[in-house]
Amino acid sequence: MTSSSLIKSFERVKEDNRAALLTYTVGGDPDKKTSLNIFKSIAESGADIIECGLGHGANIGDGGAIQDSTYRALSGGIKTDDIFEIIEDFKKDYETDVIIMTYQNKIMAYGEEDFIKKCISSKVSGIICVDWPWPLNLDFAKKCKENSIVFIQLLCPTTNEDRLKNILNDAHEVVYYISMLSTTGQKLKVSSDEIKKRFNLIKKISPDKKCIIGFGITADTINDFKDTDACVVGSALCREITRSINEELNPATNVGNMVSDLKQKLSS
Amino acid sequence: MKLEKGIPLIDQHDENGYWGGKFGGNQIAESLNYPIEELTREFEKLRNDETFIAERDYYFKNFVGAPTPFIKLENLTKHLGGAQIYCKLVSKATGGAHKAYNAVVHSLICKRLGKTYIGGDTGAGYAGKMLSMAAAKFNLKCKIFMGTKDVERQSINVFSMRSYGAEVVPVNSGSQTLVDAVSECMRWWTSENEEAHMCVGSTVGPTIFVKICAWSTAQISREMRKQVMDEFGEVPKDMKLINCVGGGSSAAGFWNEWIDYDNIELIGVEAGGPEGSSKHAAPLTNESPIGVLHGATQYVIQDDQGEIEETESISAGLDYPGVSPLHCFLKETGRARYTSASDEEALEAFQLVSKNEGFVSPSLEPSHAFAEAIKIAPKLSKDTIIVVDSCGDSAKDSKIIAERLGYKI
Repeated sequence: MTSSSLIKSFERVKEDNRAALLTYTVGGDPDKKTSLNIFKSIAESGADIIECGLGHGANIGDGGAIQDSTYRALSGGIKTDDIFEIIEDFKKDYETDVIIMTYQNKIMAYGEEDFIKKCISSKVSGIICVDWPWPLNLDFAKKCKENSIVFIQLLCPTTNEDRLKNILNDAHEVVYYISMLSTTGQKLKVSSDEIKKRFNLIKKISPDKKCIIGFGITADTINDFKDTDACVVGSALCREITRSINEELNPATNVGNMVSDLKQKLSS
Repeated sequence: MKLEKGIPLIDQHDENGYWGGKFGGNQIAESLNYPIEELTREFEKLRNDETFIAERDYYFKNFVGAPTPFIKLENLTKHLGGAQIYCKLVSKATGGAHKAYNAVVHSLICKRLGKTYIGGDTGAGYAGKMLSMAAAKFNLKCKIFMGTKDVERQSINVFSMRSYGAEVVPVNSGSQTLVDAVSECMRWWTSENEEAHMCVGSTVGPTIFVKICAWSTAQISREMRKQVMDEFGEVPKDMKLINCVGGGSSAAGFWNEWIDYDNIELIGVEAGGPEGSSKHAAPLTNESPIGVLHGATQYVIQDDQGEIEETESISAGLDYPGVSPLHCFLKETGRARYTSASDEEALEAFQLVSKNEGFVSPSLEPSHAFAEAIKIAPKLSKDTIIVVDSCGDSAKDSKIIAERLGYKI
C-alpha cells in the first residue's frame, strides 16, 4: 500500500533520530528525461521523499524560481500524463516516496477519479493541492484515503486555533505547515524559533501526525529544523536547475550535489 | 439551479461561497484564508453600517460624479430604425469608466481595516487607473499589477497611474495580459496581506471580491432605475439591457436592480476576437469547460490539461479567459443571454455610434455591446427599449482605433 509506505518512510527517519528531507522540483522540467534523471539523482543523494510539482501556469502560490521551472515544463509540452510516466519510471528502480504537489484545475481537468487511479498505478504516495483548502477538499481527500493515498492538508501561520484543530481532526497522517505568509522561495521572514513554536503547537494537538515544514527553507536555515519531522527545499533546487541549464551544466548532478549538502546539514 | 427573487444576486451563494452550488467559491491557498475571512466579516458589517453607506454615497456623488447621464440616442435610433436606443453613459464617471465605484469602495474598506497600502490588478488599465486615483485621494500607498503587453497597448492609462503616484508593476509571465496580472497580484497579497489590502478589479476572484465589486457597481442600476422612471413614468414592458462582459463587473452593476423583472432581457456581449481567430475571450458564449481560475470556479478558456489558454481581443478590458461566477450563474439559470461580437464588429460599432452621437464615444469594450444593439435594433419594434451601458470612454483606445482605421495621430 502506497500510503503506508509514506508512513514507513517517516518512521524510518524517526528511528534515525533526524528530520526527513523533502525536495520539490517541477515534474518535466526541463524535459521528461532530464526530470527523471533529476529525481534519481535526488534519491541517490539522500532525499527521503520527493515532491513532484505538477505545475499550473495560472497558479497563485508559486514564487519566481518555481514559475520559471513550471514555464519551462509547460512550454516544452509536458502534460499531466507525462508527469505520471516520469514517476512510474522512477518508482521502477527507487523506493523513495513521491508526492504530487499541484493546483485544483489540473486535477479537475484530468478528472478526480482518473487522477486517483493514475496516482495508484504510478505509485504516488500523497497529494498536496495548494488551492484546494479545507473543508472544500474533504470529498476528494476521502477518495484519496480510500485508495491509500495521503491527502496532505495545509496549515499556515494565520490558521487560527479553531481552524487548526478542525483541519488536524480531518487530516490524514501527514500535514504541511507553510512556514510564512508568502509565495514559495522568498526569504524567510519569520525566525526559525517562531516556526518551531507553531510546529510544536501542531504536534501538541496531533502528536501522531507528521508535519512537513515548507517555504523559505535553504541551506542556511535547514539545520534549525533538524528536530522537527520534515522539511522541504524547493525553490533553491529549481533555481539550481535554471542555473545549470543557463550554464550548460548537468542539472541532475548539480541538484544532487545540493541535496547531499542539505541532507548533511539537516542531519548534523 | 434557481435564481431567487427578492434576494440580492450577490447574496445568492451557499455557505461555501458558490452560486448555484458550483460557481465561485474560495479555492485559495491556506495563507489567504485569514485575510479573506477578515475582509468578509468587515464587508458584511460595513454594508449594514449607515455611516459607511453615507460615506460611500458622498464619494460616489462628489468624487465619481454620480449619477452619470441616461440619454436617448436619437440619431442612432433613427439611423437603425426599429427599437429605441438609450444609453447609460457611465463613461462620464470620473476616470472615464465604471471601475471608479469598486476602487472607491475598496479604498474605503482598506482604511476601515486600518491598512495603508492597497494593490490591484488591471487589464485595460481602467481598474488600475481608478484605484490609483482613489488611493491618491485617500492617502493610500498603491501598487498596480499589469501584464507587460497591456502596459504597452494601454500606455495612456499607465501614464495616469504613475501620475497618481502608483507603482505600476509589469507582469512578464504567461500571456502578459490581465490573467497574469491577477495571478501576480494574488501572489503579492499572499505575502503582504497582514499590512496590505487587495482590490480585485472585476467581479472575479474569491467570493468576497465578487461581492464587493458587484455591490459597488450596483450604483449604475440604482441611479438608472430612477432615470428610467423619470423618462418613461414606469418600467417599460419591453426593455433590453445590453452590456459587454469581460470579467463582468459593469454588467453585474448595470443589471443588478433589474434582475427580478422577468420582462427585461439581459444581454451580455463577450469578445469574439478578430474574425477568423479561434482565441475568443468568450467563455460563456462558447460554453468553455468549467474550471478553477484565481480562486473561483467558472467557465474558463482552457486546454485539456487545465492550462489557461491565451485569448485575443482588440479590447484589453475584455481579454480575460474566465468570467464572473455571477454571470455563470445568470447564464445557467437562463436569466441572461450571452453572445459575442468580433473585433471588426466592435470597431464598426464604435464608428457608427461616434459619428451619429458625438457625445457618446464608447471605448472598445462597450463598442462590443453597441455592436449587438446595432445588430438587433432594426429587427425590433419602436416599442422596444434598448439600453446600452457605455461603460468606458474611447480616449484610452485612440491609438489602437486610429491605427486600425488608418489615421495618424
